[in-house]
Amino acid sequence: MPVIVVEVMPKAELLDPAGKAVAGALARLGHDRFTGVRLGKRFELTVDGVVDDALLEQVREIAEDLLANTVIEDVVAVHTVDPALAEQLSDGVAGETR
Amino acid sequence: MPKVGVVTFPGSLDDRDAQRAVRLAGAEPVALWHADHDLGGVDAIVLPGGFSYGDYLRCGAIAAHAAIMSEVIAAANDGMPVLGICNGFQVLVEAHLLPGGLVRNDHGAFVCRDQRLRVESTSTAWTTGFEVGQEITIPLKNGEGGYIADAETIARLEGDGRVVFRYLDVNPNGSMNDIAGIANERGNVVGLMPHPEHAVEPGFGPDTPAAMRSGVDGLTFFTSAVQGLLAHV
Repeated sequence: MPVIVVEVMPKAELLDPAGKAVAGALARLGHDRFTGVRLGKRFELTVDGVVDDALLEQVREIAEDLLANTVIEDVVAVHTVDPALAEQLSDGVAGETR
Repeated sequence: MPKVGVVTFPGSLDDRDAQRAVRLAGAEPVALWHADHDLGGVDAIVLPGGFSYGDYLRCGAIAAHAAIMSEVIAAANDGMPVLGICNGFQVLVEAHLLPGGLVRNDHGAFVCRDQRLRVESTSTAWTTGFEVGQEITIPLKNGEGGYIADAETIARLEGDGRVVFRYLDVNPNGSMNDIAGIANERGNVVGLMPHPEHAVEPGFGPDTPAAMRSGVDGLTFFTSAVQGLLAHV
């Protein structure tokens, strides 16, 4: 089944304590090539049926309304995953629940 | 006797304490359930602290879309007093009844302490019993209590006197302008991170110079609302 991916990130101008904590861990592990880490969220919405423009538009609205709080976060991407990859994702889900 | 509803969401922690505070303030507490479209004829509403829906998605985000919230939002817009404490404050901002947002504490750690606050506004439904500038101490316990908003919103809140409480001594979570609590334009909706319902009964509140655990500064939140409701009867 097709999958729509929504990616949400904390607004760039805001302090991201979670990202900062991960950056600190990287530095402590000796990974010194990274000057920063920002930590966001990825949602995978599995669709019953085909993905058309109307559905994508609906997902963009859902993303702004529920998945992200636009006071503190930005929706940075809404896209469909190609069918082969979507297959792997849904297999993964099935595998976990087995 | 006025009736004050306390909404319980899955993961609410402080609903019983809020009910007790309501009772001590001289009103009848009414337990409200998140999944009902029914306010049970209450005259005011408290959204209590806790971790509704395990803080999944964002603190308060899923609770803000609960069934009862459509009634809470309508009542708030009609002028009913609504108090959001901690997670309840997070629910109020997620429901857009109050502006801004609450993010993870800037230092990254959960904080639990008796917190001194300055009362900045007594023209809200929940603060009429205080004096402007009064300093109070009530418990604070949160991991995501950093209040943020864009510069325009902060300027409007400050300009309109809608910052109701400000942190004293230390800013425990990185909140902009040391903001601990705010009100809506009309003053009937108030949200704050610290917990007034944990400072309502001698023996169970914060320490004071007079005696251990004798602090009851939180009771005035509830008596303010009850007095306001009685005056309107």
